[in-house]
Amino acid sequence: MTEQPLLIAETLGKNYGARIGCRDVALEVYPGEVLAVVGESGSGKSTLLGLLSTELEPSAGRVSYRLRDGSLRDLATLGAAERRLLMRTDWGFVRQNPADGLRMAVSAGGNVGERLMAVGRRHYGDIRTEALDWLGRVEIAADRIDDDPRSFSGGMRQRLQIARNLVTRPRLVFMDEPTGGLDVSVQARLLDLVRSLVSEMGLAVIIVTHDLAVARLLSHRMVVMRQGRVIETGLTDQVLDDPREPYTQLLVSSVLAA
Amino acid sequence: MTTTDNASHPASLAVEEREPEERMASASRSEVAPQGQMRGEGALLAVSSLSKTFVLHLREGARLPVVSGAAFELYPGECVALGGPSGAGKSSLLKMIYGNYRVDAGAILVRDGDETVDVASAAPRRLIRLRAGTIGYVSQFLRVIPRVSALDVVAEPLVGDGVPREEATRRAADLLARLNLPERLWGLPPATFSGGEQQRVNIARGLIAFRPLLLMDEPTASLDAANRAVVIGLIEEKKRAGVGILGIFHDAEVREAVCGRVIDVTEFGRQMA
Repeated sequence: MTEQPLLIAETLGKNYGARIGCRDVALEVYPGEVLAVVGESGSGKSTLLGLLSTELEPSAGRVSYRLRDGSLRDLATLGAAERRLLMRTDWGFVRQNPADGLRMAVSAGGNVGERLMAVGRRHYGDIRTEALDWLGRVEIAADRIDDDPRSFSGGMRQRLQIARNLVTRPRLVFMDEPTGGLDVSVQARLLDLVRSLVSEMGLAVIIVTHDLAVARLLSHRMVVMRQGRVIETGLTDQVLDDPREPYTQLLVSSVLAA
Repeated sequence: MTTTDNASHPASLAVEEREPEERMASASRSEVAPQGQMRGEGALLAVSSLSKTFVLHLREGARLPVVSGAAFELYPGECVALGGPSGAGKSSLLKMIYGNYRVDAGAILVRDGDETVDVASAAPRRLIRLRAGTIGYVSQFLRVIPRVSALDVVAEPLVGDGVPREEATRRAADLLARLNLPERLWGLPPATFSGGEQQRVNIARGLIAFRPLLLMDEPTASLDAANRAVVIGLIEEKKRAGVGILGIFHDAEVREAVCGRVIDVTEFGRQMA
């Protein structure tokens, strides 16, 4: 059984002028695994997510991705059209602010259906049926399908964003603080939903979070970032229960136990 | 269950459904080391020269040695207790074997089918695989997952093994019934359960799937006499199925009932000194 990584980052770096966004990052993500990137604000974790998802252009290093045909491609060598297709079909991106990941003036059904149309689905009835199915899976009542997300609560918007991203059955999903800004009860519901969808669909996820409890609940492996560098990696429970680096020990000991 | 059902499951699960004698026989066929060789060859777990010191960077780098020079072996079908006073490093040792705590020196060899894995040096992804099929761990406290019912918490390891959800749920219900957890609690998340109820959920989760190596940290600490007896029965069944168990059993009654020998962890330090 030789499993091959889905995504590989090598010596990846990004400078903003003289300031370092992130530096010399190497990591691999395998099919079906959840990798958490943790660290304080300013540690470079969002920059790293931007680089991995090709939204930012690296100053150094490269990111390779295994396409559905099995070939490993340096993402920098993909043409714009190829990259767009990848982002629409094989990838998802769940953003902290649902307004950045949704079309706020389009109905809930339209938000989900749009991704299907982007992959070439044309039959209106089928698209609506599938959108309805997905709204159900993320626990949004069927009678809200024609409402636009401006009338939704924060938690509902976030669940809609998840439906929009997963409807095309991607293989890799990027998540940037998906539970940030939600009430804890809403957070728990969302985490439970993400946890079950990820395991049912066998998704690979790279999740950026500053919340160590979220990382513990969702991820298999963890990367700790500080000042733009990866300072510690390992099994999630290992890093959290036996942190080795001074900074990781500080992070772990700073969490309030409820 | 029919034979056809068995065929669709991972081998380890199908094996558990069979009679213990048959399982042992098939195990000896598939093992790398044939019977009749030195006893050490048949070990499920072989720990050698194992040491760990916590370095507390937030306390000016204070060093806290927890395990030093641990060495022992565990064989299929036996239950062994780690002995020694609180703070002697028993829990830390279990956590190191599970890969939860990292290791400074030494080896933790675990037999995983035809392979031998050194937990002390294995890559994280290898450890995940080892935990998925080979090492089970019953911790002292249940880590509660919001919104997930007791029944699903218990069924999860079987679902992970590929058992159909319906059957996994049925087996989870059987086990919870056996552990006398009131049926009205099964559909609820265990967050609000009492200590003893949470512990029974935790035990059920830890014992429901077949894992050749089981680590148990005080599995009966908050249980009454009746439920301690149930746990003793469950441990005996695991032993008969060829499972090797290493545990911390402060309760003398439980320890004497299930454990064939006790490893005194304070001896390790002395051998080193």
